[in-house]
Amino acid sequence: MTHVLAVSVSTGVPFSWNPLDDLQELFRFAFMRNAFAAGTAAAIACGVVGYFVVLRSLSFAAHALTQIGFAGATGALVAGVNPVYGLLLVNGAGAAVIGAVGRRERGRDVVVGVVQSAGLGLGLLFLALYRAQAAVPVLVGDVLGISSTQVLVTVAAGAAIVVMVGVGFRPLLYASLDEEVAEARGVRVGAMSMLFLLVLALTASVTAPILGVLLTFALLVGPAATASLLAARPGRTVGLAVALSLVDVWVGLALSYWVDVPPSVFVTGLAFAGYLCARLWRSGVLRRGHGSTGRGAGT
Amino acid sequence: MHASVLATNGSFSWNPVVDWQELTAQAFMRNALLAGTVAAILCGAVGYFVVLRGLTFAADALTHIGFAGGSGAVLLGLSPVYGLLGFTTLAALGIGALQRQLRGRDVVTGMILVEALGLGVLFLRLSSGYSNQTYALLFGDILALGSGDLLVLAGAAVVALAATAAIYRPLLFASLDDEVAEARGVPVRGLAIGFVLIVAVAVAAATQVIGALLAVALIVAPASSAQRLTRRSGTGIAVSVALALAVTWAGIALAFWLPYPVSFFVVSLAAVVWGVVRALTARHRVRASLREAHAAGVAA
Repeated sequence: MTHVLAVSVSTGVPFSWNPLDDLQELFRFAFMRNAFAAGTAAAIACGVVGYFVVLRSLSFAAHALTQIGFAGATGALVAGVNPVYGLLLVNGAGAAVIGAVGRRERGRDVVVGVVQSAGLGLGLLFLALYRAQAAVPVLVGDVLGISSTQVLVTVAAGAAIVVMVGVGFRPLLYASLDEEVAEARGVRVGAMSMLFLLVLALTASVTAPILGVLLTFALLVGPAATASLLAARPGRTVGLAVALSLVDVWVGLALSYWVDVPPSVFVTGLAFAGYLCARLWRSGVLRRGHGSTGRGAGT
Repeated sequence: MHASVLATNGSFSWNPVVDWQELTAQAFMRNALLAGTVAAILCGAVGYFVVLRGLTFAADALTHIGFAGGSGAVLLGLSPVYGLLGFTTLAALGIGALQRQLRGRDVVTGMILVEALGLGVLFLRLSSGYSNQTYALLFGDILALGSGDLLVLAGAAVVALAATAAIYRPLLFASLDDEVAEARGVPVRGLAIGFVLIVAVAVAAATQVIGALLAVALIVAPASSAQRLTRRSGTGIAVSVALALAVTWAGIALAFWLPYPVSFFVVSLAAVVWGVVRALTARHRVRASLREAHAAGVAA
């Protein structure tokens, strides 16, 4: 095995400077159309859910919930079922443990850290039971392997996630901004917190087959963190997060079609670059004639 | 197949002397046990303060940065241990300097972590991968650890442990009550930076044993268990080190006789011990009781 991480696409057709030809080329194969369809649904879900991940300071939990998917995906390989079912099972269980045990803010990070390591360790066991080479697509994603069924599952889950967050948007926003006031107003803060962790687990589960368990976290947090720096109102921030997330995934998939590197690497790099630019913008480095100004609810 | 899964090593006998002889008969097993011992002592001691200071996520970020450094070193044709140590200490300087600003802003830590991971994957792709090294960086391959790497590891660990011992009292004070310590003239900021540098070494050591993705377990799980078992800091650190040693040795021994990876056993044992301790001490208020005990100790 020479190419460990050779799960990028690159069909050998060179990039032309004619955008129309390139678009045609990009959508020539069914696997790319599948990747774009599933990627679009996942990107929208990640943008919406990511807004609350950033607002509720759940980055570490989101990181753990994406990475323990490793156990789910490798376990599904051993059992011979579609990885998404393993992902759903393990991520859901992880979310339940983190939500139930790590209720208080302080000490929660230890719970998250142990759950994450235990999940990854379990994945390692499944890998030993299966075969080590299978690790690569699970870790960094596999655009070639998105089946039509997977597209359907991802689109359906993406729609369900958007609807759920949309329905619970106001109470969730209250609970995220000021837990005590929300509780006094009758919002069931504990149940809300647990439900959100489960939605987060669902989002991680449908994104992981495309971007891999290692780097799914980038799409979940990067665009939302960037949007939170640039916009203040919740509605606009969510919209911006979704837009950034979509651009990120589309550009990442397109780049990996021509360059032999997994798309998740591009998606991560773009997410980080966007975040860095937004931070520099906020601190006034990129704005001439303005001092350092803080605007809106920053993170 | 990677070296961290051993298929056959004779069979386990119920005679401990014979088992011990078999376990230590080969050089790679002696290396593994030594490296595991060094890493467990360091992680147990340092982890105590990582948990106390709420630095689990930062430690996790350091493991991922170490992965980027290690894979960068592979790309350059160096031993991963240099990239690991180099990247984690550099990143520790940054995290230490920004620690106050980072508190409550886990997004910043998360973004740095994920970019480091992306870079690591890219480096591995560019070096068009030597699969055992990829595997070793992510999941550990202690059974393949060379004597040279072991020496580097042991040297760094001794320095880090000596540094921890030197700043023990002010570090404990600052970890339990940042503001009071600062008012009493403890150099809180300097301590924070110094301590994260120590964590960087512990992360590099743990990565050598169980890999970047799992390293945080060896740092956090024994320490968190120890804090629930005793409220005295000195005893707590000793318990933490003992637990870290126990899970590491047991993990290596289990992998010697069973055909599964060392890292899986070490991490699972650490998690199970932590889970049991946590269930037994469910009503325990760790931090408050540690603070009380410390205050009583200072007053007396």
